[in-house]
Amino acid sequence: MKAKHQRLILALVALCGVGGAGVLAASALRDEAAYFRTPVEIEGGKAAVGEPMRLGGMVAKGSIERQADGLTIRFVATDGKASVPVEYKGIVPDLFGEESGMVADGRMRADGTFVADRILAKHDERYMPPQMGDMPKNMKAPAGV
Amino acid sequence: MHAYANPTRFLAIAKPLTPWLLGAGLLLVLGGAWAGLAMVPGDYKQGETARILYVHVPSAWLGMGGWTSLAIAGLIQLVWRHPLSGIAARAIAVPGMLFTALCLATGSIWGRPTWGTWWEWDGRMTSMLVLLFLYAGFIALTSGDDGQRQGGSLSRGAAIYALVGAINIPIINRSVVWWNSLHQGPSITLGGSSIDRALLWPLGLTVLGFSLLFGAIVLMRMRRIIADNRVAARLRRLADDEGI
Repeated sequence: MKAKHQRLILALVALCGVGGAGVLAASALRDEAAYFRTPVEIEGGKAAVGEPMRLGGMVAKGSIERQADGLTIRFVATDGKASVPVEYKGIVPDLFGEESGMVADGRMRADGTFVADRILAKHDERYMPPQMGDMPKNMKAPAGV
Repeated sequence: MHAYANPTRFLAIAKPLTPWLLGAGLLLVLGGAWAGLAMVPGDYKQGETARILYVHVPSAWLGMGGWTSLAIAGLIQLVWRHPLSGIAARAIAVPGMLFTALCLATGSIWGRPTWGTWWEWDGRMTSMLVLLFLYAGFIALTSGDDGQRQGGSLSRGAAIYALVGAINIPIINRSVVWWNSLHQGPSITLGGSSIDRALLWPLGLTVLGFSLLFGAIVLMRMRRIIADNRVAARLRRLADDEGI
């Protein structure tokens, strides 16, 4: 066997080894590297009351309620399988709205409500011109938000 | 392919090719930018901020494509010891890092109005930042080494570093699929595009344009490295002749 064939085999074997290690590490990180938890994971008992965490999900249709103080909002975050009520006092990003994704930092309260200190809007992978934006529901953020 | 691994033959092709790549790349980028900024409508939901994708997406592609080619050059260097592969790897590192930084910067500028934050440590952003640091490490490893004496080839350590760093590329690509992330999933997949055709076509122009520019920069940098090596070799010979 020529020296360069030896080097090629060695390099490929090493590459497979390192690649395999990378895949194992990535799959071991599956839960740790997740940026947020979903409502179904919280329902499964993964969230202790008072533990700081991040919740991600869709804002359920028709669920946003503005409270009397004008600053607090309540809505339901859902992943299609489970849903969690969320309460937040503050200003939400422009893209926050019903039937679109959001990520909230906060903690669970004993009554099962997630109290958020911060809300981010999550954008999905669709890009469209305005006249195609699935009118009329996506044209504008829901009234009152 | 072996024929082009010779620096002299390479130069005979690279020299006339450079201005064509540069000119075509500039035209496409300017045309794509004009189309993206002025001709197509904004996004239905994000409005005008979505237009940053015409720079963000090509930057991401070139940052990742840059490391992929750098790793291939590292492999060729390790196995076949072609004199040009090390030169190519050195030439790719700087524009690769530049486009990675541009991708992070445009993403951050877009993230503030869209998500409500400049930066979050989610899988996509973190792995892209790791790529930036990988480039910085490679540049540090290959500048000031003994490369000029060896005709520009990489040290074994640098070539292995380039190969090992390539693991990060599929991680960046899959980060939004494997892990929950703030960054959205892939818009363009083998199955099609979830960017509407009306908004998609300028992206084709800028991706191709930036890629040609990247190619032109790499060729120019390779020619410069070859020229530097020749000057260094000639000076060494002169010094030997004069018995200094």
